[in-house]
Amino acid sequence: MKNINLGDFIFESLSRFMALSVFVVLVAIFVVLYIDAKPAIDSFGTGFLTGEIWAPNMETFGALPSIYGTIISTIIAMAVATPIAIGIAIFLSEIAHAKIKGVAGTLIELLAAIPSVIYGMWGLFYFVPIVRDVTGGSGMGLLTGGLILAIMIIPFTASITRDSMNTTPDILKESAYALGATKWDVIKDVVLPYAKIGVIGSIILSLGRALGETMAVTFVMGNAQRIPESILEPATSIPVTLANEFTEADSDIYYSSLYLLALLLFVVSFAIIATAKFLFLKKERS
Amino acid sequence: MLHKNKRKILNTVVLALSTTAALLGIAILFWIIGILLFKGLSVISINTFTQDGTPPGMEGGGLRQALVGHLMLTSVAMGIGIPVGMLAGTYLSEYGAGSKVANFIRDLSDIMMSAPSIVVGVFVYGIMVAPVHHFSGWAGSVALAILAIPVIIRTTDDMLRLVPQTLREAAYALGAPKWKVIFQVVYKGAAVGLMTGILLGVARVAGETAPLLFTSFNNNFFSLNMNDSMASLTVTMFGYASSPYEDWQQLGWAAAAILTFAVLFVNILSRVIMNIKKGKR
Repeated sequence: MKNINLGDFIFESLSRFMALSVFVVLVAIFVVLYIDAKPAIDSFGTGFLTGEIWAPNMETFGALPSIYGTIISTIIAMAVATPIAIGIAIFLSEIAHAKIKGVAGTLIELLAAIPSVIYGMWGLFYFVPIVRDVTGGSGMGLLTGGLILAIMIIPFTASITRDSMNTTPDILKESAYALGATKWDVIKDVVLPYAKIGVIGSIILSLGRALGETMAVTFVMGNAQRIPESILEPATSIPVTLANEFTEADSDIYYSSLYLLALLLFVVSFAIIATAKFLFLKKERS
Repeated sequence: MLHKNKRKILNTVVLALSTTAALLGIAILFWIIGILLFKGLSVISINTFTQDGTPPGMEGGGLRQALVGHLMLTSVAMGIGIPVGMLAGTYLSEYGAGSKVANFIRDLSDIMMSAPSIVVGVFVYGIMVAPVHHFSGWAGSVALAILAIPVIIRTTDDMLRLVPQTLREAAYALGAPKWKVIFQVVYKGAAVGLMTGILLGVARVAGETAPLLFTSFNNNFFSLNMNDSMASLTVTMFGYASSPYEDWQQLGWAAAAILTFAVLFVNILSRVIMNIKKGKR
C-alpha cells in the first residue's frame, strides 16, 4: 500500500517549488541582463572593455574608467583590510580572554551590521576632509573609496577568519606551547597553517563583496568618467556609475551599456564568490 | 640566547599589532555611533516623525514619508521573503535532504547572499519598472525580497537541521505523516532559530539602498500607493546627504541615526534571543 499523503504531496511540491525559485531567479538575472545588454554588446563588442571614453551625449560608451576604478579601489581596500582583519581575528581567537572575546567579537560583528549607506555618508562628511587635509586636492577619489571599502569589509573578513582559526584543535596548540613556542610561533606555525584554506576563502569572499559594494563608495569617489592620473583624483567604478547614471539614461544604447556594466559586475563577482565557496569554504558548512 | 629574545620581541610586537587592530575596529564603531548620536539625535524632534519633507530652506521638514515608505517596502519584502525563504529552507533540510538538487540550491543560495545588491536593482528595473514605464514600491519590495530570501533560507536550513533526528523518528513511529512531523515537531523545536533567521533577514534588507535606487526610487510626498514611486529612509538619506543644503543634510543625519539604531537593535535582539536559547540547553 503505497499512497502518498495528500498533505505531504502539497507541502513537498510547494517547498520544492520555492527552493527551485532560487535557481530560476538566478538564471533570470543572467538572462534579463544579457538581453538588455545585447544592443551594447553588438555595437561595441570587446571595445566596450577597453574604451576609455564614456560620453553619453556622443553615444560612445567605453567601460575602462569604471573597470579601472573598480579594480584599483578594490586592490586598495584588500591591501588595507586584509592585514588588519587578520590581526583582529588573531586577537579574537588567540589573544583575548574569554570575557573580552565575546564582547569584542560582538562589537566587530555589529560594525558589519551598519548599513553601507551610513559608511558612505560618514566617509563624505568626516573621512573626505581628513584625506583632503593630508593629501591636498578634493579628498575624493580611488584612495578614499578604497579606504572606506576597507573599513566596510574588515569586520566581514575578520569574523570569518576568526571562525576558521577557532576550528584549530586545542590539543595541537597545547603541544606547541609545551615545546616552548611563543603565542606568535603557535599562530604562525600551527593556527594559520591549520586554518589556511578558510582564511584564503574569507579573503576571496571579501573581495567579491568589495567589488559590488555601492553605497559606501558612491559618496566619495567623485564620480568622474575618466581614468584618473592618480588615486587622489575623482574617479568612478562600475557600481558608482550604475548608481549615478541609471535613472538618468535617456537613450536605448545608454541603458544597454549600463546593463552591460551590471552584467560584467554580476558575472565577475559571481565567479569570485563561487570560487571562495566551492574551493575554500566548502567543508565548513557540513 | 639572542635567538630566544628575538622570538620574544617578535611575539610582543605581533600581539600588540593585533590588539591595536581590534581596538581600531572598535574605535571606528564608536566613532560612527558617536557621530550618529551627536548629529542625528540633536536634530530628531516630533516633527521628524509627523512632517513630510520640505523644499530646502523651508523650516520644519520631517521624514514621515520616508519612514512610512521604508516600513511598507520592508514589510512587503518580508511578506514575500519569509514564506519563500522558509519553505525553500524546509525543502533543503527536510524533503530534499541530501539530494543533489538540494545541495545545488543551497550552494546557489549561498552565492546569492553575497551577490552585489545593485545588480538586483538593475534586474528588477528590467522586469518590473521598464515594461510599465514608472517606478513602483512593489518593484522595490521585490528587489529587497530577492536579497532577504537567501539569508532566510540559510538560517531556516541550519536551524531545522539542528533538530535531533530522533525527535522526528519518534513522531513517525506514532504514525504521523511527514508534513505533520515538520509542522508540529521540527518547526516547534526550531522556533527560536527560525525567528532569528527572520530578524537577520530584516536587518539585512532594512539598510539596503542600492536595490531601491531604480525600483522604488524616491518620493518627496507622503504616499501609501505601492504602485507609485515610494520614499525610503535610505534613498532619502542619500539624496539629502549629497545635497548642498544644510537643513537637508541635517535631516539626512536624523534618517541615518534612526536607520542605524533600528538595524543594530534588530541585530542585537536576534543575538539576545539566540543566547537565551543557548542558555536554556
